[in-house]
Amino acid sequence: MKDLTIRPERCLGCRSCEIACAVAHSESKNLFSAIGEKPAPRKRICLEYIPDLVVSLPITCRHCKDAPCVSVCPTKALFQDETTSMVSHNPERCVDCWNCSTVCSRFVSLYNMILVMGCWTSSMNCNHKVINRQAEAGIRCNLCEGRDLPACVEACPTHALIFSEVNEI
Amino acid sequence: MDSSRNINKIVVDEMKQEIDEKSIDPATQSMLQKAEEAGIETAWDRYEKQLPQCSFGQLGICCRNCNMGPCRIDPFGEGADKGICGATADIIVARNLLRTIAAGAAAHSDHARDAVLTFKKMSEGEAGSYRIRDKEKLLSLASEYGISSEGRSLEEIASVLADTLLKEFGKQDGHLLCTRRAPESRFKLWAELGIEPRGIDREIVECMHRTHMGVDNNAVHILLQGLRTGLSDGWGGSMIATDIQDILFGTPQPRKSTVNLGVLSKDKVNVIVHGHEPILSEMIVEAAEDSELLKLAQEKGAAGINVAGICCTGNETLMRHGTPIAGTFLQQELAVITGAVEAMVVDVQCVMPSLGELTGCYHTKFISTSPKADFPNTIRMEFHEDRAYETAKEIVKTAVENFPNRIQEKVTIPEEKQECMVGFSAEAILNALGGSPDPLIEAIKSGAVRGIGAVVGCNNVKITHNYGHVNLVKELIKNNVLVVTTGCNAIACAEAGLLLPEASELAGDGLKAVCKALGIPPVLHMGSCVDISRILVLSSALAKRLGVDISDLPAAGAAPEWMSEKAVSIGAYVVSSGVFTVLGTVPAVLGSQAVTSLLTGGLNSVVGASFAVEPDPFKAADLMLEHIDGKRKALGLN
Repeated sequence: MKDLTIRPERCLGCRSCEIACAVAHSESKNLFSAIGEKPAPRKRICLEYIPDLVVSLPITCRHCKDAPCVSVCPTKALFQDETTSMVSHNPERCVDCWNCSTVCSRFVSLYNMILVMGCWTSSMNCNHKVINRQAEAGIRCNLCEGRDLPACVEACPTHALIFSEVNEI
Repeated sequence: MDSSRNINKIVVDEMKQEIDEKSIDPATQSMLQKAEEAGIETAWDRYEKQLPQCSFGQLGICCRNCNMGPCRIDPFGEGADKGICGATADIIVARNLLRTIAAGAAAHSDHARDAVLTFKKMSEGEAGSYRIRDKEKLLSLASEYGISSEGRSLEEIASVLADTLLKEFGKQDGHLLCTRRAPESRFKLWAELGIEPRGIDREIVECMHRTHMGVDNNAVHILLQGLRTGLSDGWGGSMIATDIQDILFGTPQPRKSTVNLGVLSKDKVNVIVHGHEPILSEMIVEAAEDSELLKLAQEKGAAGINVAGICCTGNETLMRHGTPIAGTFLQQELAVITGAVEAMVVDVQCVMPSLGELTGCYHTKFISTSPKADFPNTIRMEFHEDRAYETAKEIVKTAVENFPNRIQEKVTIPEEKQECMVGFSAEAILNALGGSPDPLIEAIKSGAVRGIGAVVGCNNVKITHNYGHVNLVKELIKNNVLVVTTGCNAIACAEAGLLLPEASELAGDGLKAVCKALGIPPVLHMGSCVDISRILVLSSALAKRLGVDISDLPAAGAAPEWMSEKAVSIGAYVVSSGVFTVLGTVPAVLGSQAVTSLLTGGLNSVVGASFAVEPDPFKAADLMLEHIDGKRKALGLN
């Protein structure tokens, strides 16, 4: 299946993905009109700064059905609502084991980066509650259904976001 | 075999369709096709590589004014609603807009300064290549500014006038002299609002001060300074530039010429003058007629020397000498792509740095002349007034000597060239009307002329080249609106054949009859972008004659394809002068609701005019017509 891959080493922190995402999920699909819409359109991708890595990176979650990150989490820090399939993360239960990062195609590149940089922070601990906020709001990345390319990928000036075939991990 | 041919055909068709979307002008389309086939990059290709453009930039909500930043505001309200210093979207947008206006005003006014300095040197006998061409205008300006001409030679008068005008730039008290050309109600309003411009340079400097970290942080207060700075351009720098250039090179009078890439010659040496100032191009035009150089051209196998303009340098020589124009702003690269240009000679403003790499693909010499402006891969031939003609001769000689290097296989000159009638200075329009604005006023009163549309401005890759310009103007004249034009709009209209008396066939019956009676086109070319000051003078004359303010006139402005910072300064002074203005591309202000609503509505109750944004030229024309009709009604006209 095709999914978003995040290449954190390319991210300049410009937030273009965030705005493109919000516009893609607006009524008008047009930047100049979308900024006046009520309620304001909500982005599904959030740029977060990771101090331990000194990088910014976009975080987004599909809250996939039968989420692999949930099934591999040994401490149940990650859990999934059975009816809505929204995934939440409880940092208090998280033990920085990285298991979740190794099974999520969106987080695996961050995991690799963590390995390279020798930083002992779990990727899920780096999500800055983005996933929980989405779960609360009931919004998830739907890969911009109906578009050839997700808006965030199209908007990224450095190709830090790519949309391609990913192998089931 | 067949199927591959079909595929190729489809590819070619697709390419054609894309090119149709880039420009409505056939000459431009054919050169774009050539560029594409040769793998040569143009502004349109670079635009595609920039897409999608940064949303923060488009909304004006990014601030780089201090090094705590850069800061950005989240336009959807989830993230930061203030910069680190606490500046809101309103403050950031207003500050950015003010800096843009300052840059635009600086460009026009610094151009004016150089014109006055040349004029001064001429008056002192230190710029032998220049002389007084319009004595009447010199004397009339001297009398306007209270300079006695009694017992003084023309040069002495010129010298005092130059000193008087130079003082306008560094003025510390009082008002700018040209502002008194506005109707009294208008300049009094400026004084009441505290936006009467003081010194020309002062307003620009103050913009930079106010937008420094921690100075002016009230959006309305900031924008009022924007209006004042705009006024210092329109009724200051630009107006001075027009006046002095008229004295030095002659006030334009109606004449015929030709435009578009087809003006480039197959067998003559082609010299393009591109940029904005006539100080150099006037000399180039003269040098191209130098017998010594013509002889050299013959020796090199050329049939002569052909000077053609691009942008406003082109408009300046077009207006005064009928020198042909090769194209608008977006045609500068295409002129080189014809392969027939021996020298691309540039001064300042709107010159793409891409020309450096591009001229390297051809034999074209890229010659930069301004002490202020250099570009990649140029030959520097810096231009100074004391040896102006000599430098111009050297430049033309370089072009002539380059003629044998023309690579014939690379030469394709589009056939399209269009005749046009130009040279409508305010003075020339009054002459055409028989010496008084009354016939025009009568035509407006009777409804034969519904109103006046001032359509100006650049090209912008965001709008199909010339589509906005030509369609808006056609729509206006069809509805009996007499159009006055400058800058790249004027060139676009010329390319579309709208600057001919015969174009009155496209006008409504009322306007058609007026044009036929006077022998004028329905679209009057008033000059370069600094010559928008001529439009101000003309509208002021009409308002005064009617005993009303400019904001009461059935008139509206538009910049359908604007892109430059100068256009923003122009917008600021045109609206502050009382003229409703429609912009065809969206300015970077929509990130602030307060600023947007002030510009598009609130300003009405302040200066009696505001902006609208409408990329569709047909809808833009409707907005202008609606405004004109409203003003007619208020004046009691049907």
